[in-house]
Amino acid sequence: MPRGYAGKLLEVDLSREKIWETTLEERILEAFFGGRGLAAKILWDRLGDIWPQVDPLGPENIFLALTGPLTGLYPGTRICCSGKSPLSNGVIGATASSEFASELKTAGYDGVIVSGRASSPIYLLVTEDGGEIRGADHLWGKTGEETIRILNREISEELERRRSNVGLYKEPGIIYIGPAGENRIRTAAVMTKICHAAGYGGYGAVMGSKNLKAIAVKGRGPLPEVEAPETVRILWREIHSNLISRERFRRWGTGYGGYSVGAETSSEPVLNWQSEWHDERGLGGPRFEVPYWAKRYWSDFNCTLNCMKLSCIKAGRWKGDITDAPDYEMQAYLGPNLGIFNAEDATHLSAVFDNLGLSGINSGNTMAFAAELYQRGILTKEDLGFELRWGDAEAFTKLALMISKREGIGDILAEGTYRAALKISELKGIDVTPYAVHVKGVEVGAHGTRSGRDMNPIGYAASVQGGDHTSSTRDGYDDMRWSVFNDSAVVCGFCSYDRLIWDFARAVTGWNITRHRWCTEHGPRIVTLQQVLLLLGGPDIYWNPEKDFDNPPRFYEPLPEGPYKGKSTDRAAVEMMKRNYYKVLGWDDRGIPKREMLERLGLEYLETTVSKLRKT
Amino acid sequence: MKEPIWIFRDFLKCSGCRRCELACSLNHEGWFWPEASRVRVFMPFPGLEVPHLCAQCDDYPCVKSCPVEALRVDETTAVLVDRDKCIGCGRCIEACPGKVPFLYPKDGKATICDLCGGDPQCVKVCNEAGYLALQLVREGQNVNRKLFSREPIEVAKEIALNLFGEKGTEVI
Repeated sequence: MPRGYAGKLLEVDLSREKIWETTLEERILEAFFGGRGLAAKILWDRLGDIWPQVDPLGPENIFLALTGPLTGLYPGTRICCSGKSPLSNGVIGATASSEFASELKTAGYDGVIVSGRASSPIYLLVTEDGGEIRGADHLWGKTGEETIRILNREISEELERRRSNVGLYKEPGIIYIGPAGENRIRTAAVMTKICHAAGYGGYGAVMGSKNLKAIAVKGRGPLPEVEAPETVRILWREIHSNLISRERFRRWGTGYGGYSVGAETSSEPVLNWQSEWHDERGLGGPRFEVPYWAKRYWSDFNCTLNCMKLSCIKAGRWKGDITDAPDYEMQAYLGPNLGIFNAEDATHLSAVFDNLGLSGINSGNTMAFAAELYQRGILTKEDLGFELRWGDAEAFTKLALMISKREGIGDILAEGTYRAALKISELKGIDVTPYAVHVKGVEVGAHGTRSGRDMNPIGYAASVQGGDHTSSTRDGYDDMRWSVFNDSAVVCGFCSYDRLIWDFARAVTGWNITRHRWCTEHGPRIVTLQQVLLLLGGPDIYWNPEKDFDNPPRFYEPLPEGPYKGKSTDRAAVEMMKRNYYKVLGWDDRGIPKREMLERLGLEYLETTVSKLRKT
Repeated sequence: MKEPIWIFRDFLKCSGCRRCELACSLNHEGWFWPEASRVRVFMPFPGLEVPHLCAQCDDYPCVKSCPVEALRVDETTAVLVDRDKCIGCGRCIEACPGKVPFLYPKDGKATICDLCGGDPQCVKVCNEAGYLALQLVREGQNVNRKLFSREPIEVAKEIALNLFGEKGTEVI
């Protein structure tokens, strides 16, 4: 058995109510690793021939929750969720920190693959004895908090009943969806631990489309064996020492960015990206810390970086809200981008999104898009049922609920920013797509390209994961060692150290993994496969690489204020960098992989499909 | 010469990193094995992390409950399990006010914190990270210890009140 792996995947066909185990060949694992890479490979193998016809929200789609060979062992444990994305129509690897991942491995599984659709709401319970389908009628419609509370109790009692007298079991690891996922909101996240989200891609909607409320797993075994245990032990200590030395990040997490990004790099979204600068100084880390943080040092399994902070609003109109810090992305998207400049409202909206299971970046982006249309008089009080003014936290709370329940205008906004823009353009007879800040259907992260101080010009435009800021592209070489590796080894990017992580990967797997090999073979192989599936797209949207593989129109408008007033994204730089990126990867000028490259990467089986793409 | 020690626990400071579990299992099992660790961090609700380990009660109900005399107390005050004698009956779990012992996942023998012979590894990694949720104190047996032998869910309910205020009554 390959080292670092539990050795098998749990397969569930919800339509036929069948559960079985699959073992993958070592050469497949060595080539695609796990997580994002393996997801792309599994999806190609099973759905590649019919990809354009696969409805991401139909029973024919596959939902994957995969670990990688480093998961659990390397500090910073995450789970990677994937499938055909209802936003990009390609494949996105969306990760979230969770004990779900370590529990899965100790239960003897590297991942769960779910196909089909259950006839009524269900959840999966996975233990060392296998998986089982359990009814979830009592969980359907429940918020994140309620779902966790019920499942923790129910499963602990059930396991106690089955094997009484062995002592207490720790709680299971759980991934779940909120009402947003149930109602197939395309920007719904796969949630875990109240406020951790695998947000990009819309996989909460994929789970919902399968009537799959949650997957809970409890393992009792050790983490998998590795090739060189002593080396792993030494590196494990060294990596933790490094993490522990990062005092500022440990103390404030990414939440410090709300102040420094907005104030220094002028790249934080403000009023649906109409600006990326604000003078408000009330949104810094300390403004959240003192009144709301319940735990300053809050971690996940095998992580000492604790960038997430546990928050609770204890008084006032939002009393009882529990969420995380919020982190920088949530601060930005549920703060300045909605015209909200106070910590209390931003924290409240973060809790609302968590409980509904909406992805903060993606659905937050859609809400700001709607607010801009309201500002411009394109959407009116009659369309919405209420006024949607910038900065009105109560109105945005209402809108979030409407989106998650597909009520009124919420039904259109539930389709994500790009699809909503297409629908509203049609309804209103005005082209509103210039206000949709997305790339390839994926709402962009809270890092602008215009000031030149934050995201590089092709960070989103060339990425196979579109607006996903965690997977930004740059030169086609160095960017491979970042998210493409982390999301396939399935570890947290914040804990990833160049050198140490390659030594760790070799010590775990015994394979000859080097940074150079990853950047020239593994990374390009995974990204090329993702690119092909993205280009295939369908069934509702097909991307035109010449037109769509670009920044949102807004990123070419000049910044209206701040230290970088007048600056916009340099179109010539985008074109040049994009061509260079494609060239490094062996893709043609439109981003379609060339035959020689497919052969070099061991992807010759894609040639028939890709040759057709070249002719279109 | 070994002396009596105790692991003081500050529940509000536990981050939930579970490195104590990893350090414990590395020491006792030679590998990462969270459910074989003698200290386990329960989480009845996210944010309410409860490091659960033997509190060395002054009257040692577990030792008294063992029908085959497999448990004894050493100089550090830790409870040691004689694995050859243990029949895996689970009486020690029932006797424990905090249901701390558990049966080893592989062979079903009772498993209890042995204070690492006086040098607890869980404490080291917790202190190294600056959390100080677990701290080593050099003190003899006393009546207070038993107050810490409680089921994780009971502890979590109290942590909830501290962290979430009134809302804390609803989450578990």
